[in-house]
Amino acid sequence: MAYLDHAATTPMLPEAIEAMTAQLVRVGNASSLHAAGRRTRRVVEESRETIAGALGARPSEVVFTSGGTEADNLAIKGLFWARHAASGADRVLLSAVEHHAGLDPAHWLGDRQGASVELLDVDEYGRVHPGTLRAAIESAPERVAVISVMWANNEVGTVQPIHELAAIAREHGIPFHTDAVQAVGQLPVSFSGSGVEALTVSGHKVGGPMGVGALLLARGVDPVPVLHGGGQERDVRSGTLDAPAIAGFAAAVRASVDNREEHAARLRALRDELIARVRHAVPDVILNGHPDERLPGNAHFSFPGCEGDALLMLLDAKGVECSTGSACSAGVAQPSHVLLAMGSDAVRARGSLRFSLGHTSTRADVDELVNVIGGVVERARRAGLT
Amino acid sequence: MSGGVDSAVAAARIAEAGHDVTGVHLALSSNPQSYRTGARGCCTLEDSRDARRAADVIGIPFYIWDMAERFHRDVVEDFVNEYAAGRTPNPCLRCNEKIKFEAVLDRALALGFDAVATGHHARLSDGLLLRSVDQGKDQSYVLGVLTREQLSHAIFPLGGSTKAEVREEAAARGLAVADKPDSHDICFIADGDTRGFLAERLGAEQGPIVDESGAVLGTHAGAYGFTVGQRKGLRIDRPTPDGRPRYVLSIEPVSNTVTVGPRSSLAVSSIVAERPVWNGPLAEPYEPLACHVQLRAHGEVYGCRAQVSGGVLHIELDSPATGVAAGQAAVLYSGDTVLGSATIASSS
Repeated sequence: MAYLDHAATTPMLPEAIEAMTAQLVRVGNASSLHAAGRRTRRVVEESRETIAGALGARPSEVVFTSGGTEADNLAIKGLFWARHAASGADRVLLSAVEHHAGLDPAHWLGDRQGASVELLDVDEYGRVHPGTLRAAIESAPERVAVISVMWANNEVGTVQPIHELAAIAREHGIPFHTDAVQAVGQLPVSFSGSGVEALTVSGHKVGGPMGVGALLLARGVDPVPVLHGGGQERDVRSGTLDAPAIAGFAAAVRASVDNREEHAARLRALRDELIARVRHAVPDVILNGHPDERLPGNAHFSFPGCEGDALLMLLDAKGVECSTGSACSAGVAQPSHVLLAMGSDAVRARGSLRFSLGHTSTRADVDELVNVIGGVVERARRAGLT
Repeated sequence: MSGGVDSAVAAARIAEAGHDVTGVHLALSSNPQSYRTGARGCCTLEDSRDARRAADVIGIPFYIWDMAERFHRDVVEDFVNEYAAGRTPNPCLRCNEKIKFEAVLDRALALGFDAVATGHHARLSDGLLLRSVDQGKDQSYVLGVLTREQLSHAIFPLGGSTKAEVREEAAARGLAVADKPDSHDICFIADGDTRGFLAERLGAEQGPIVDESGAVLGTHAGAYGFTVGQRKGLRIDRPTPDGRPRYVLSIEPVSNTVTVGPRSSLAVSSIVAERPVWNGPLAEPYEPLACHVQLRAHGEVYGCRAQVSGGVLHIELDSPATGVAAGQAAVLYSGDTVLGSATIASSS
């Protein structure tokens, strides 16, 4: 078996499992006033401090959520609502290659809440040019409610010039959100150094548990809540905090950030080997995304003449697990909006696969893929012609 | 795997028999919500989840194949065109012929699979197609159009069981679809209103309803809404002289005329059918062959003599049949064994 889908989810780190299981056997609600509550609150607050420390934020800037999707919703919808109420600003600017957790809340705001949603063009590598953002803002700067551009793309791995983009937003005093779920643990991420007002992190992408994440939210930036209730998190997010998951999440963030340089160098070498050997086995393969400015664990290809679905099924049957990286509607593969935005045609977009490496990946995984990819592509090509 | 009980048990049986099985659900609409939901049909989001859950319980990989374009072209458009031409098509049969055992089979073979298994109630024995042991649920009629080549790559694991046995087995295997009602009607007509579906696509042009002498008895809102043998919904306010009901005898799309008459005029004993397929044990009969014929799904079986000449099949029935509609298949049988089939073009 070769698991090459770490961008979908990666195995939990031993540190995270240990931290989480230690809490699973304990009772206590972090909001309770008695000893059990205090003990739990201590775990939560220490986790908050750990995450803040690892990501260059203050503890008060960490808002725990149920994961990346909730954090993106809170940032985009919450900041739109707050700014719209305050000044009537109605424009939402997003890159055209955002994850659906960013695109769909924005389009919902457009469909139901009167927002004017504008997608920022990307180049052939999937990058937003600072000039594109500047031009978009300056057509009506006072009307821009919120800007969201992901730190690194989940499909093709392209890294955005976040610091430059955030600086442009800052010139105009517009809140800037970035979804950094793929970046943390692979790229250096500093919340305070980045100039963004809001940043999404997810637990299970960095070796923590599923179902937990955080929105890093600068002081003074107050989105309207999406979840109303007890107001546990800075009054912008309600719900009893999941102390075991938060403990595991914090341990994973700490470990993945501490080991990042060594881990990224190892992944990059392994990923480059994977790319070279896949190219050797399938000479007409096309590498998507930026050649250098990409996540170290990401390799994303188009296989001319093949359907991604067929490739995925044949590889699965041979024990190689990867992803088409595209969104599903009723389980039917749609051509990836990311590749289309990068100028790919629908046929090429359909014939694409993402291989993503992580902390358990080895050369043996790459060997397994390389051993079968030639035959699988040949077979998928035959099926593509029927 | 449609999400129903039959395909789930079929998959479980062949997987258990040791085959390397992959479950495939066909996405037949680019907008699944527009098709029949849940209990009544197939092809909806809920059905695809049911199918995936069944595959998980059985322990086989599961994929959705997008056949929406092919289905629309080869089944839905064909259905509309056939009605427009005054014929009465059977879309399930067309789906088996063009989708399940052509588009799906071709793709499966190219991907390295050997066969397509379905939950149809029919048997295969040495490459021959036979009726199911459950005569009430038999589906050999809608498979009778398959060629020998198509049948050689088909597996029907349920043909030796009754529907009741299949449901019981599904429950014993822990498949949640064990009690799911059978599908009925046409999956791509969401509200079951075939006439409305056709009116939307073909327009509703009024035309005359005439008797056999040509006398106009009334008007209709589109000839395609009628089927030969139909009695209800004619809306003729003048009763017949003898008080007996009238039936649709024929539909003439060019003049948009529907001809009605007494039941006795419906009876036919000669049938001409086109595009014959010989998938049984016998060669094409150039001399009259004594056998049986079925003229519609779950219809009566008639003794007959069948003969191919000039590329078309001529069938002489031993006793007259009613409600024989152009566009339906005539499937020939010897006992339980399918001999071949052809599409009914005319009858007299």
